Amino acid sequence: MAAGHAPTRAELVEKARDIYDDLDFGAVRRWLAEHPGRKAAGYLPVYVPREIIHACGLLPVGIHGGGDRLEIIRGDAFYQSYICHLPRSVIELAQSGRLDMLSAVLFPSTCDVIRNLSGMWKLLYPDAYVRYIDVPQTPDREAGADFWESELRRLVDDLGAVSGHHPTDADLRASVELYNQTRAMVRSLYAARRERPWDLPSEELYVLLRAGEMIPPEEFIQLAREYLAAVEAEPGRPRDNSRVVVVGAFCEQPPLGLIISIERAGCYVVDDDFLLGNRFLLRDVPLDGDPVRALAEAFVSNDQCTSVLYESDPLGKKRVMQERVAAAGADGIIFATPSFCDPALLDQPMLRSGAEKACIPCIAFKYAENTGQFQQFREQAGTFADSIKLWGAA
Amino acid sequence: MAEALKDRSMLLQKEMLARHFERLARAPETGEPVVYTFVPGNLTELIRSFDALPVLPEINALQSGMRKLSGDYIAEAERAGHSEDVCTYVKCDIGMMRSGNLGPGGLKLPKPDLLLLSYTGCYTFMKWFELLREEYDCPTVMFHVPYQGDGVLEPEHRSYMLRQLREQVIPALEKATGRKYDEDKLRHHLALSAKAEDDLVAVLQAGKNRPSPIDGYFGTVYYVGPIFSAFRGTEEGVEYYRTLRAEVEERAALGLGPITPDGPLEGERYRLVVEGPPNWTSFRDFWKMFSDEKAVVVASTYTKVGGTYDFGFRHDPSDPLGTLADYCSGCYTNLNLPSRIDMICRYIEEYQADGFLINSVKSCNSFSAGQLMILREVEKRTGIPGAFIESDLVDPRYFSAANIKNRLESYFQMIDARRLGKTA
Ligand code: SF4
Ligand code: SF4
Repeated sequence: MAAGHAPTRAELVEKARDIYDDLDFGAVRRWLAEHPGRKAAGYLPVYVPREIIHACGLLPVGIHGGGDRLEIIRGDAFYQSYICHLPRSVIELAQSGRLDMLSAVLFPSTCDVIRNLSGMWKLLYPDAYVRYIDVPQTPDREAGADFWESELRRLVDDLGAVSGHHPTDADLRASVELYNQTRAMVRSLYAARRERPWDLPSEELYVLLRAGEMIPPEEFIQLAREYLAAVEAEPGRPRDNSRVVVVGAFCEQPPLGLIISIERAGCYVVDDDFLLGNRFLLRDVPLDGDPVRALAEAFVSNDQCTSVLYESDPLGKKRVMQERVAAAGADGIIFATPSFCDPALLDQPMLRSGAEKACIPCIAFKYAENTGQFQQFREQAGTFADSIKLWGAA
Repeated sequence: MAEALKDRSMLLQKEMLARHFERLARAPETGEPVVYTFVPGNLTELIRSFDALPVLPEINALQSGMRKLSGDYIAEAERAGHSEDVCTYVKCDIGMMRSGNLGPGGLKLPKPDLLLLSYTGCYTFMKWFELLREEYDCPTVMFHVPYQGDGVLEPEHRSYMLRQLREQVIPALEKATGRKYDEDKLRHHLALSAKAEDDLVAVLQAGKNRPSPIDGYFGTVYYVGPIFSAFRGTEEGVEYYRTLRAEVEERAALGLGPITPDGPLEGERYRLVVEGPPNWTSFRDFWKMFSDEKAVVVASTYTKVGGTYDFGFRHDPSDPLGTLADYCSGCYTNLNLPSRIDMICRYIEEYQADGFLINSVKSCNSFSAGQLMILREVEKRTGIPGAFIESDLVDPRYFSAANIKNRLESYFQMIDARRLGKTA
């Protein structure tokens, strides 16, 4: 990029793509080299409090599997064929030394596969700090907040010991503020795509967000800001596509080719749950008061409806897809779920029946992060887009 | 004598179950409240203290598997949109409900007055009751039992559980049953539990004898049935375990092997430790593959999903809610992988096993994710090669008898070869 010129959209996407494509986590390694004495902490999907990692002076690093570019040599020896693909590629990354720069790894309570992986990590990498992050599932907000606060304080202490920097309240507050900005930026990107999906192809948005999982939050905000500016400067051309919400891909990520196939088949993705952790908290965390308590309360009062949290409202699962479709101004839903993914697949009948009762067209397919053939997805999505247009015209 | 005693415990269990399911079938008329809950982390004493009847959907599912009904039930659930990839217990349960909800004895199961979602050691539980709630349209109470990620019950986790018990679970039970919480009554049930648990542990540890008078897996799934389900904390439960213990101790004193479907096993040749749940659709065939080879399972982890009593835990009436929290936290699938590995290694050593086997079931990520690592770690620590087989709980499509038999035969040959090597 030439200095002094605003970077073009292509340049920004390429930069993000380079970070995303790099299975050696070069961006993380560079950051560590440029910051002697500092350390990095990884986390698996879906939600961990990145603010705390950051406040302890560690670089938060998202571990989202190896996608379709990683050859699995060692990972398959750890998992039976009927377990999803994500953990085997994560193990592959680790066993091949690609995650050796992580001083800590957090395993959130997404499902039993990630839960059990936390124990495997303890055995495989005894020098790393490993913590299973059990988020509160009780609908009792007070009890949930108290529990979560104690978990967060424990994390502050432990990660502070890993980094050698025990954060002050001011440090914590600064990190909370920074992540409020990060989430606000992600929301702006999603809002812009929702309004003008022809300007922000999901393929581009996705690589931007993936890059954001490997660079400091300040850099992500800058990159996203530049991207939005570049989009303004180089708008796209609207097409007669159908508008869809993609659901079920919150953990093992679809290969980029799958996202591209959906859009090329005539569907604008106007909402999705890819990389959900980066916008898990829907509202800003208040900056007054105790920052750890504020984070805990923000979690329990958050309205995020996702498969990894207990839904205490009996109508919640029925309603959520209608609400999401309405909010996104979508025409239909694509349930895109990783094969063997308990959370996504167990939820699907409830979500789908709610959607179908509201006469929202739906299709469903399963993928693996290393799926290499997209023809069948393209055909399915294409037929779906056409049928939506037909119904819409009827 | 031993045969007569054996018959008595079996008979007792049969009668207890029949009475329980009859009571459940009559519940809509008698007005007895019904609470559905799960085996790991079940709060049976608390449920009983409200004079409510527990229903354990996993037990119904495994019974459907043994009665060869699960294949149809699963097909029914899959037709209704449930994925082929998820736990077959859930689909079996949903299929059973949609097919008239006839329980193990052929009697209709009542609807729940409350779904007590004891969220212990398995993610699927959360979805299972979210799904059932849609079908039954009844109240649900979540009881979140934190996972022992670091291998211990952390004090904050215990306080969190206590608070949920006081502020969520008990009020929900009061509302569903129309009865007040009675702590003395709870203590009474807990004291009965502890008695039965002492006797159960004596039964389980009888596996240390040579020959073992019990099969610690196939036989023991029957033995743990009452305590894992509706009968912990009841007089019937106490009576059952007292009787069973006497039978087992007598068999041990006489130097007898375990009872198998083909009669008493004589001439124990292999002593095994097993990790993972059994297959239920071909349970007898599966067992026979072991007993034909004179292989006895001396200890297993599956028989600890409803409590790890053999490591010392007993329900404690002096701390009624605290003991329930401790119980839930310690159930096998709530333990992290290093703790599971330690447990298997201890069994191998203390029960003098010649080998260990993992039955990995497709349904269950809670058990299965990480089992290949467990295999390697246990092999490394004990120096004993393990066997790994794959099947499912109640989906008959995933039980390949020929493959499993072959695998077992070669495993037993390997044990023989190792023995020869050692004596050579
Ligand atoms: S893809 Fe699904 S089953 Fe696999 S680790 Fe992620 S949430 Fe768990
Ligand atoms: S996933 Fe495993 S522990 Fe959970 S309900 Fe199914 S069989 Fe039971």
